[in-house]
Amino acid sequence: MNLTLKIWRQKDSNTKGQMVDYKVNDISEHMSFLEMMDVLNEQLVNSGEEPVAFDHDCREGICGMCSLYINGEAHGPDRGVTTCQLHMRMFNDGDTITIEPWRATAFPVIKDLVVDRTAFERIQQAGGYISVNTSGNTQDANAIPISKEAADEAMDAATCIGCGACVASCKNSSAMLFVGAKVSQYALLPQGQVEATERVLNMVKQMDEEGFGNCTNTGACEVECPKGISLENIARMNREYLKASLKG
Amino acid sequence: MSGIFHSSIGRKFAMALSAFFLMIFLLLHFSVNLVSVFSEDAFNQASHFMGTNPLVQFLMQPILILGVIFHFVMGFVLELRNKNARSISYAKNNGGANSTWMSRNMIYSGLAILAFLVLHFIDFWLPEINTKFIQGDISGLNIDGNFRYYEELVHKFENPLRVGAYVIAFVFLCLHLLHGFMSAFQSVGANNKYTKALQGFGKAYAIILPVGFIFIALFHHFSH
Ligand code: HEM
Ligand code: SF4
Ligand code: FES
Repeated sequence: MNLTLKIWRQKDSNTKGQMVDYKVNDISEHMSFLEMMDVLNEQLVNSGEEPVAFDHDCREGICGMCSLYINGEAHGPDRGVTTCQLHMRMFNDGDTITIEPWRATAFPVIKDLVVDRTAFERIQQAGGYISVNTSGNTQDANAIPISKEAADEAMDAATCIGCGACVASCKNSSAMLFVGAKVSQYALLPQGQVEATERVLNMVKQMDEEGFGNCTNTGACEVECPKGISLENIARMNREYLKASLKG
Repeated sequence: MSGIFHSSIGRKFAMALSAFFLMIFLLLHFSVNLVSVFSEDAFNQASHFMGTNPLVQFLMQPILILGVIFHFVMGFVLELRNKNARSISYAKNNGGANSTWMSRNMIYSGLAILAFLVLHFIDFWLPEINTKFIQGDISGLNIDGNFRYYEELVHKFENPLRVGAYVIAFVFLCLHLLHGFMSAFQSVGANNKYTKALQGFGKAYAIILPVGFIFIALFHHFSH
């Protein structure tokens, strides 16, 4: 298929960017979206132009590096997939596709479609861990009784790959789904209880300081999340936060 | 405890509490209005009680006014902060693909309600306060010695423009509540096995109350 691409080009974080039109031809419907971008970049390099910078690593939906706001949706029009898993068969011959970087004050553009997501890392560092003594006589994790239900819910929360699609889709650029998942994966397990109070207080404080917005409960994040992280995680974080505020 | 109302989650918690309070008040207001459809006498009695009972007038009324002010001021604060969280907007954004119109436009449905509240205060509240506390007449009677509340209500709903404005405002209230009702529960952390059942109740509340208010306004407009 032949496509027209409208892509955000921006030299670096200090330069103003703009949308630029490109044409790509003979794209196979079996290609992934990023393979289509590779075709475009090959074309650009061959004609001596600067290729379009975009993030990617595993190209199999597990690392959380790829991003891209495609035709007005994070990770494009398909559900439950990252941009690297998005197939070109979701598009038709002759389509015009708009490709933009994640937009959030807390995710500044570094170059073209690449944004700085280290705000997520600082939130994780503020409390997204448990302190386990690894002195050599560590307790076997299987020796701690955990209900199947709690284990499943914690595992579901832990599938978040930190891609930031939730922030990108949210009209408020809120990071509540990401932080909700990261708080929940520990809140549901006995290992997470020791640091539960400080964890949620510190992570939410960091989230606010990074400049993410508030949650209006639109549910856009849940729909666009490639890992199907549920809004229940946000409600759980709200409970954890209120409980911790009363204590701390 | 200290940081809670300076946090994003704390602000939304406070927003939801004020919203719960407003939703309970709305139910009460609706019940009193509904009485006017069935009995002139009972409506007069209820209005006189609400209008002269010191607990209602000097405790509940100020709390209500503060609650309304808190809710819309916090609504503006949240809107402003949320706008700042995205300094460059998308060239193409397909919000309809992942969320309802109501959820994305709470500020606009809220502003419509606020405009209505201003009109409503000028229509009913200011004249009441004037009669009762400035002119000092708390009898609730007209010159013929009968209760004045029902006839004042009927008189207000003679003007089709006012009735039209009320109808439009209640459509916006319906839209506000269609998202707001469940949103308030999520904000206080209540999302569990009862949520599905509550969704139906929330929809019913968000539709029946505004439609009921519209019915009452039209009833008085056309039946006298
Ligand atoms: C006076 C004018 C009003 C304005 C300007 C206003 C504005 C807002 C805004 C902007 C929000 C969304 C906040 C957010 O999540 O970001 C909101 C939420 C809400 N409003 Fe209003 N509102 C008004 C009146 C009312 C009234 C009269 C009611 C009910 C009778 C009401 C019920 C709710 C509910 C239930 C929510 C959801 C709270 C939550 O998400 O936790 N509002 N309002
Ligand atoms: S919650 Fe979903 S959308 Fe948000 S960062 Fe995690 S995987 Fe990505
Ligand atoms: S490149 Fe790793 S998730 Fe897409």
